[in-house]
Amino acid sequence: MSDQDNTITTDICIVGTGPVGLFAVFEAGLLKMRCHLIDALTQVGGQLSEIYPHKPIYDIPGYPQIMGQELVDKLMEQISPFHPGFTLGERVETIIQNDDGSLLITTNELTEVHCQVLLIAGGLGCFEPRKPSIDRLADFEGKGVTYMVRNPELFRDRNVVIAGGGDSALDWTLFLSDVAAKVTLVHRGDTFRGVPDSAEKVFELAKIGKIDLILQSHVTALNGVGHLQEVTILANDQSITKLSVDYFIPLFGLSPKLGPIADWGLDVIQSAITVNPVDYSTNIERVYAVGDINTYPGKLKLILCGFHEAALMMQSAFKYVYPDQKLSFKYTTVYGVTAF
Amino acid sequence: MIKIIVEDNQGIQKPVEIPEGINLNLMEVLKASGYDILATCGGMALCATCQVEVMHGLECLPPAHDQEMDMLDILPDANASSRLACQLRVTENMDGAIFRLKTNR
Repeated sequence: MSDQDNTITTDICIVGTGPVGLFAVFEAGLLKMRCHLIDALTQVGGQLSEIYPHKPIYDIPGYPQIMGQELVDKLMEQISPFHPGFTLGERVETIIQNDDGSLLITTNELTEVHCQVLLIAGGLGCFEPRKPSIDRLADFEGKGVTYMVRNPELFRDRNVVIAGGGDSALDWTLFLSDVAAKVTLVHRGDTFRGVPDSAEKVFELAKIGKIDLILQSHVTALNGVGHLQEVTILANDQSITKLSVDYFIPLFGLSPKLGPIADWGLDVIQSAITVNPVDYSTNIERVYAVGDINTYPGKLKLILCGFHEAALMMQSAFKYVYPDQKLSFKYTTVYGVTAF
Repeated sequence: MIKIIVEDNQGIQKPVEIPEGINLNLMEVLKASGYDILATCGGMALCATCQVEVMHGLECLPPAHDQEMDMLDILPDANASSRLACQLRVTENMDGAIFRLKTNR
């Protein structure tokens, strides 16, 4: 297994490096199964590292209180004897089942993982741009509507309308004011809660006419033939403005979504994967789901429940990795932890 | 009993009664009452799928903390009466309030 190679062969591929995905490596390791983990974020730890690294957690057995990041660090230490592989900053796009039952997992960066078992420990899913409800928005995606600025040069000498009131709306308005022919920022409020410095600069640029700032207004309609050509803006006083534009960038933050997981043929109810609570297997053989992303009668979204699920799931997965061996349950206290 | 009125996505208003002293937030109460709310993040003011518009009784609710304000500020369809149900602890102050559910998916 190597982090550099684009093709990886392992026993278990784990999607998600939150606490449950990490602990699953330990449970697999006890059964001599190797793991490779993939996460869309560029660091391990999932929600713990991304959202609340410095918030205390009170319901981890044995720890009256532990910080999110501290738990992640301890889990990394706990699984280190089993040398898991990591592919970070990539999103799993497709799963293909081979004739022998094994699985081929492919990411958006075309990393391929050949494995016997797939474990989805994806938590809330991927964080994706929140889309406003505007008619024909989807029609213009990739044809003038974009939810993030990947290549600023795309907007050079173009007319751009940005909508939103958060930090990213302010930051991109400031940045693109030097690139685009014209930047118009549309915000539904009349103040900004973002970094005061950015807000101040936006007001200054509007004052000197470098950008247009349209407050207390919403973008309500998009028009164009083939490509976006015009946006309609409705002000709170019900006045309507139509602007000629080349690009519309709605920046309303990120929202957790299942993402490509929803297209893998799994049984999904309300953004959660339905599993058999006996072993947390999904409707697809060799594919399991544990942690916040699964659901079953009595499900509790707790880290400690995810740990339990990971332990049981690995016992069940053993038969796919070692079809000729009988699984015998062993206590770590008796047998210790044998690294590999 | 704390009595509130909830307007669903179809515009139908129904009363919801909640025992006093219940240690739940409004999102949890709404879910337990059968309303179709995703609450993906489980109450951490991250997903905004429990957004409500307070049609009556806004002034009786405790003010939003920074995290809730930050989230409300970036939502495309929020207004001055918007709150996140997961950040509203159900107390007697809520009695008589009317909440309209928003369909954030």
